[in-house]
Amino acid sequence: MILVWLIVILLAAGLLAWFVARWSALGARWISLIAATVCLALSLDLWHRYAGAMHLLSNGAWFLEVDRAWIPQLGIHFHLAMDGLSLLMLVLTFLLGIMSVLTSWREIDQAVGFFHLNLMWILAGIAGVFLAVDLFLFYFAWELMLVPMYFLIAVWGHERRIYAAVKFFLFTQACGLLMLISILALYFAHHAATGVYSFEYSDLLGTALAPRTAFLIMLGFFIGFAVKLPMFPLHPWLPDAHTEAPTAGSVILAGLLLKTGAYGLLRFVVPLFPGASHEFAPVAMTLAAIGIVYGAVMAFAQTDLKRLVAYTSVSHLGFVLLGIYAWNDLALQGALISMICHGISTGSLFMLVGQLQERTHTREMDRLGGLWATIPRMSGVAMFFAMGSMGLPGLGDFVGEFLVLLGTYRAGYIGLTVAATIGVLFSTLYALRFIQGAYHGPNANNWSIPDLRAREVLIYVPMMAILLWLGVYPQPVFRAFQPAMRNLQHYASQSVEASGR
Amino acid sequence: MTLNSADLTALLPLIVISATAIVVMLATAIRRNHAVSALVTLIGLAAAFVSLWRAAALVPRQASPLLVVDGYALFYTGLILAAAFVVVVLSYGYFERQKEHREELYILLLVAVLGAAVLVASGHFVSFLLGLELLSIALYALNAYLRERTLALEAGIKYLILAAASAAFLLFGMALIYAELGTMEFSRIATLISSGAEVSRPILLAGVALLFTGFGFKLALVPFHLWTPDIYEGAPAPVTAFVATVSKGAMFALLLRYFYTTAMARLYEPIFAILVILAVASMIAGNVLALMQNSVKRILAYSSIAHMGYVLVAFLASGSMGAQAVTFYLVAYFITTLGAFGVVTVLSPSERDADQLDDYRGLFWKRPVLGSIFTLMLLSLAGIPATAGFFAKFYIVAAGASAAIWGLIILLVLTSVVGLYYYLRVVVAVYSAPIEKSTVQLNPSLPLASSAILGVLGILLVWLGVAPSYLLGVVSTAVGSLTP
Repeated sequence: MILVWLIVILLAAGLLAWFVARWSALGARWISLIAATVCLALSLDLWHRYAGAMHLLSNGAWFLEVDRAWIPQLGIHFHLAMDGLSLLMLVLTFLLGIMSVLTSWREIDQAVGFFHLNLMWILAGIAGVFLAVDLFLFYFAWELMLVPMYFLIAVWGHERRIYAAVKFFLFTQACGLLMLISILALYFAHHAATGVYSFEYSDLLGTALAPRTAFLIMLGFFIGFAVKLPMFPLHPWLPDAHTEAPTAGSVILAGLLLKTGAYGLLRFVVPLFPGASHEFAPVAMTLAAIGIVYGAVMAFAQTDLKRLVAYTSVSHLGFVLLGIYAWNDLALQGALISMICHGISTGSLFMLVGQLQERTHTREMDRLGGLWATIPRMSGVAMFFAMGSMGLPGLGDFVGEFLVLLGTYRAGYIGLTVAATIGVLFSTLYALRFIQGAYHGPNANNWSIPDLRAREVLIYVPMMAILLWLGVYPQPVFRAFQPAMRNLQHYASQSVEASGR
Repeated sequence: MTLNSADLTALLPLIVISATAIVVMLATAIRRNHAVSALVTLIGLAAAFVSLWRAAALVPRQASPLLVVDGYALFYTGLILAAAFVVVVLSYGYFERQKEHREELYILLLVAVLGAAVLVASGHFVSFLLGLELLSIALYALNAYLRERTLALEAGIKYLILAAASAAFLLFGMALIYAELGTMEFSRIATLISSGAEVSRPILLAGVALLFTGFGFKLALVPFHLWTPDIYEGAPAPVTAFVATVSKGAMFALLLRYFYTTAMARLYEPIFAILVILAVASMIAGNVLALMQNSVKRILAYSSIAHMGYVLVAFLASGSMGAQAVTFYLVAYFITTLGAFGVVTVLSPSERDADQLDDYRGLFWKRPVLGSIFTLMLLSLAGIPATAGFFAKFYIVAAGASAAIWGLIILLVLTSVVGLYYYLRVVVAVYSAPIEKSTVQLNPSLPLASSAILGVLGILLVWLGVAPSYLLGVVSTAVGSLTP
């Protein structure tokens, strides 16, 4: 039941915040903050409780689930389930949820109630995506989180918000519908093979499909997730949406929404269609490598700080895609760490750019520069996260990228490993340019602005601590992920056998 | 054949509607009173709705050679009555602000409802034409009811000419089929063509093709859609809601019954092909043309063309899943369309309809509840989860996937993304900052009953979107009488 509560708390808090904001905007902020914190506490408690038990689980078992008939005529269940992968993603969700509430504390002063309604409902939708194991429910949550995100961009965004919001919505909706067709195709194929109508993840695993059918259905799923990821060349919505969204929106987009794409690939595409995925892996990995280099080069070429950070996401998520399709232990662990660290470091960078914009009213690098002297604390923090983003050893991102590269090499894709490593080189360039352009050099415009306040520093301390912790000692995360990863690999190999029969 | 008392009980809903029309007419003759007319109409509709349960005990029943009262007919009659109820409530608030005589409106509405109810129960070409003409003739007058407005007059004339022309084609089509088969009963037609009797394909096909003119016109399928935007724009908003829902829903119910009974679409390739072309053209043209509109009513007009294209896809999926998808979609479409036009209705000032995009600018910030309901309706039209429109569209795609008509459902998906774009345009307006010193004057006070009914529609919309299984059960029983 606790899984349902995680979602219900957020939904209820959103409505309550909307209602309360008529009288007190501050009340709405506190309600959201408390709701997100409670959810984080609950999920950490789950981690604590099941961390010890995880390695004891037998194959295929979730350590927590809720299953109710929803639309029995079509075999649709309200089925939420949690394993190590979902748990880690949820912890990240609620952590970044808290951050985005805190970062909008001052930034958002119009329609505060409606803002928090949307914020909480996005988090609820994302939590639903990470927990759903009925494909209909998954699709429901997947689509549902788009609407509040759209409002977040369209109402509180920057100058070109309408354009960005509509573009975001159209891209994701188009690919979502493509995924819907695939889900249904799989559903009917499963029925044809077994005579049972079911959207259930565990039922659909190992559905016997003709190779060509499997490939087409896989492609539908893949495109749906790859747009969210975003994979080159399906990324054009990303720079606009990230740039125009308010800070909280950018944090959630980069930190969480992109992860839902990676999560989908990991949870659904490869285990459900191992054969087709194996066949498709070279294409996906080549696109991933192109994305890594392309994202980094594009980031280097931006003058708008927010756009720069946005493009780094294309590059980082390229590593995740590479890792997922290499599909060995090292690469999967690397992909997972990359997902988490990208959420934290990119989220923090967006918050920093947001605070900079709040103070200077610009994001243009040409108009900034030389800020280190006037805002040393903020510059130092920015330096830290930029180093994280470029993959400095000792910080989490490095671990992720390194493991992915190692795993890809092991999987035999030497050329792609080399290409991706070149991408790492470019990431140094954009990270340094970010620091140099904004904080170093002469203070040509004579900026004199307030430095980070104590409350703002407090936001970054845990983020820096986590990044450092994951960089030095990522074992707890691996341990939590291990059984889930074994299960996924087990499903994938089982499905191969099933389709091989 | 004489009617016995059981037949009359089965026809009770139709009788109650007719009686109500007469009562309203007499009441108006004695003394004009808007509130009384509206109230009597509402009571009549509610009584007819209740009488459905009495009739339901006796189904299925061939009441006279013309009318088939079965679960399917009763379900659609109920849907039509409920929609008419909403339209009457909306009309009361709307026409209260008008200077015209308002009482006749309710008589015309009741006659149109009667026509629609006859359509959904007809199993014979004669009752088909009877229902169609009852519906159409009432609509001629309803469209032009506000005769001071030039657009309304234009709408009325346009509808009159085109509807009359399409009815002529329809009649000729019926004549051809009758000439070839010697029967006008759907079930007889079915036995004749499935028994492999000597029939001339060309004449039969020509007859069916002419029938499509009639179907296509009422459903506003491309290329018979030309009247739609003008009627939607010109007719008073509650009447538009009626045209968009009751008239189209009844026609679709008939289309479904005709083709499921006679199985013509499955027996003759060209008929299937015609339907595919109509569906494809409607989805593409409706969605693309809607992109270019600036009037909310015209946007909804073109979007309704596209929606009928989607329903046709479900129809082409055939089988019981196809029929269920059609019916479920129509229910969702009724709720959504009534809700959307309901918002237009309550916002309209007395001298014009609130159909400009600018009228809606900042609606959410000025009237949060109304803005939220309008948003819900638009999201439902776009097929976003947690609304009835989502599950309805999901079900159509599912029906299409089960029938493996991949091309059509992929087109449906692509065109509905185009559709999303223009719905978002309206949503953007609803959520943008309100224009300060606005020159547009909207209706300052909201009629209580209309607001309440909009609230109910909003709740229904979300309920069907989140928990569709109840309606799904009802729908599958209802269409069960159609598909063996």
